[in-house]
Amino acid sequence: MRETVVESHPIDAVFRTDRLPHIFCPGCGIGPATHAYGQAILESGIPKDQHACVSGIGCTARVPGYMDVDSYHTTHGRSIPFAMAIAVVKPEMEVTVFSGDGDLFGIGGNHFIHAARRNVDINVICINNFNYGMTGGQVGPTTPLGARATTAPYGNTEPPFNLPYLAAATGAVFVARWTALHVRQLKEAILRAMQKKGFTFIEVLSPCPVGFGSPNDIGDAIEEVWLYRERCVVDHNAYLPDLEIDLRRKDKPFVMGNFVDIEKAPFDPLAMMKNKGE
Amino acid sequence: MAAVLSRQPLDKATISIPRGRIYIIPERCKGCRFCIDFCPRDVLVETSEMNAKGYHYPIVAEGKEDECIACQFCSILCPEFAIYTEEIVEEETAK
Amino acid sequence: MSAEERVLTGSHFLLGDHACAEGAMAAGCDFFAGYPITPSTETPERLSRRMPAVGAIFVQMEDELASMSALVGASLAGARAMSATSGPGFALMLENIGMAVMMEAPCVVVNIQRGAPSTGLPTLVGQGDMMQCRWGSHGDYEIVAYSPSSPQEAFDHVIKAFNTADRWRIPVFVMADELIGHMTERVVIPPADQIPRVERKRPRHKPGDESFLPFLAEDEDLVPPIVHAGEGYRVNYDSLTHDEKGYPATFADPHDRLVRRLVNKIRLHVDQIIEYEEIFLDDAELAVIAYGSTARSARRAVNEARKEGIRVGLLRLITVWPFPGDKVRELSKQVKAFVMPELNLGQISREVERFTSLPVIGVNHAGGVMMAPYPILDAIKEVNKNA
Repeated sequence: MRETVVESHPIDAVFRTDRLPHIFCPGCGIGPATHAYGQAILESGIPKDQHACVSGIGCTARVPGYMDVDSYHTTHGRSIPFAMAIAVVKPEMEVTVFSGDGDLFGIGGNHFIHAARRNVDINVICINNFNYGMTGGQVGPTTPLGARATTAPYGNTEPPFNLPYLAAATGAVFVARWTALHVRQLKEAILRAMQKKGFTFIEVLSPCPVGFGSPNDIGDAIEEVWLYRERCVVDHNAYLPDLEIDLRRKDKPFVMGNFVDIEKAPFDPLAMMKNKGE
Repeated sequence: MAAVLSRQPLDKATISIPRGRIYIIPERCKGCRFCIDFCPRDVLVETSEMNAKGYHYPIVAEGKEDECIACQFCSILCPEFAIYTEEIVEEETAK
Repeated sequence: MSAEERVLTGSHFLLGDHACAEGAMAAGCDFFAGYPITPSTETPERLSRRMPAVGAIFVQMEDELASMSALVGASLAGARAMSATSGPGFALMLENIGMAVMMEAPCVVVNIQRGAPSTGLPTLVGQGDMMQCRWGSHGDYEIVAYSPSSPQEAFDHVIKAFNTADRWRIPVFVMADELIGHMTERVVIPPADQIPRVERKRPRHKPGDESFLPFLAEDEDLVPPIVHAGEGYRVNYDSLTHDEKGYPATFADPHDRLVRRLVNKIRLHVDQIIEYEEIFLDDAELAVIAYGSTARSARRAVNEARKEGIRVGLLRLITVWPFPGDKVRELSKQVKAFVMPELNLGQISREVERFTSLPVIGVNHAGGVMMAPYPILDAIKEVNKNA
């Protein structure tokens, strides 16, 4: 049969529909990633009232504003300590930081490593589109070597972070990387992260046709997503130091997977008091 | 030929391929073509119509009306939450 | 008396920094996030012992940026939240102080001021952050700042700060200084039921009521009722300028409306907030205006001057911000000049100048040593001669 025109989508249950459509560019990967997160909220068994979504500043950081949960659009780079405070004051809540690569690892890098070290019970979902998108496509800590950006017109001279390696090294108990195309696996990973106690980290590679694709001769969002389709391989047991993204080396795949899934006592500021038997 | 014919799932007679009904919200579409390009059955095609913002949203292609297998990929991939599928259950098709 | 009790009722001989900590305990502080910095470190050191013993949350963060961000998060999750720092740490907190203002998150920051600028004089007194606490963050906003002149006041002002913060939904500062922070003096802590506590305004609407507008201030005080994480209201708190629903509204009209309300919340109600102490002002021909540790020396100078027959009085600021401009105007009709001692090169004196055309003679030092009474007395005598 032919298509049926309707006015709402099943996923609307988790969104502030009066604010849709969202501001993201056509073909932006934040949309699919947000859908996966929204679906995970609905399937998590945790009511919406007990979810909190925190972000910093950037395109991805606009996402909490669209979710129908307690949402916090904070300052650039400082979403993680904010989320940590909610998580310790209200430990029954499921707190998720949903922010971008520049926000979490540029200005916010220090807070990321300390929260991971402490194993704060929050989920961090990082949409990695390899640039500072909201401000027009500047180079960032995850921009691949040689890629162009508005502040790197001759090509980026800095190696990017290998985020899964960084997250695992600083103490995250769950580390995964997927793309905005691998939405099924992404949703499963987010659900797993929500079940786990402790600091979980999911990197989502995302097309950014305007900020990243355009200066790097990637025609449109479809072409950028096909890049992921062709170059991604799944390897849950990958050697983490090898996971960096190198666009120039066609033989080097983008490795996806759920790389780390361990148990460790989550952060508890009163941990030492319990030992005293008080 | 016989060897090829025997390589079929043993329960082929009992399992039926799901069929889906497609729902679209044209006003949300931003014309990214993810659904069109990634549909495993190439069910969707761009319409020549435009929504209010000037984007060509997807419609079911000619001759593909019964091809949707309700895999839901368009539903979960669409960045705008503008398309979804529902599996058509047996009772309906019996009518 | 066990350490597990929040309120250490009784008479104590306390370090100023410790008095700040006890003020926090007595006020029911649930959450402390800070970073060690001289000369405030003794406050978190004491709280790291006292707070866990009563089940409250103490966290030492990785820096002051994280601390201030955590304060806003904790506050919006329902906690009475506080930090303690000094000038350089306060400078790092500025951006997120703006976030506290924008999200109307009540919180308290104690600043034990030291010699500045920059790393300055870490272990010695200064009063150089007074303008910074008012104007340091970007944009138009109003805050409240208390200035204790003794460890007793440090205790009292921290309690006041929590109540003012919860009442008006703003960040409130206790601008002490190293002299107060590191002096040990008698502090009387009242019984728990005599500690005043003002609660936050709560909504009349139930969770799930679609008509609830979390940032609509229907009352005359312009303070909207607060909702916390996990209560079921599912509100968006945005550092972006926002409308009454909390949604980003990055346009001129809603922005002006919001910023005016945030400012007027305090500006139109200063009479309910401002506090000062008047000493010998009734018949004064000269007025000394002072705050913090300098006010102690000013008081001595005024006493000595009175003995010499000079009709001078002291206006001791308890709230430095909002500044009591109307009181200065009123005094200007009576006195001939103002003398303003500060351990900075003239900060609050600028505020005095805004409200008077009379001479404002500064007695200034960049900090590092307590301001003695003598230079203040000399200035009083000099002004008295020329007046």
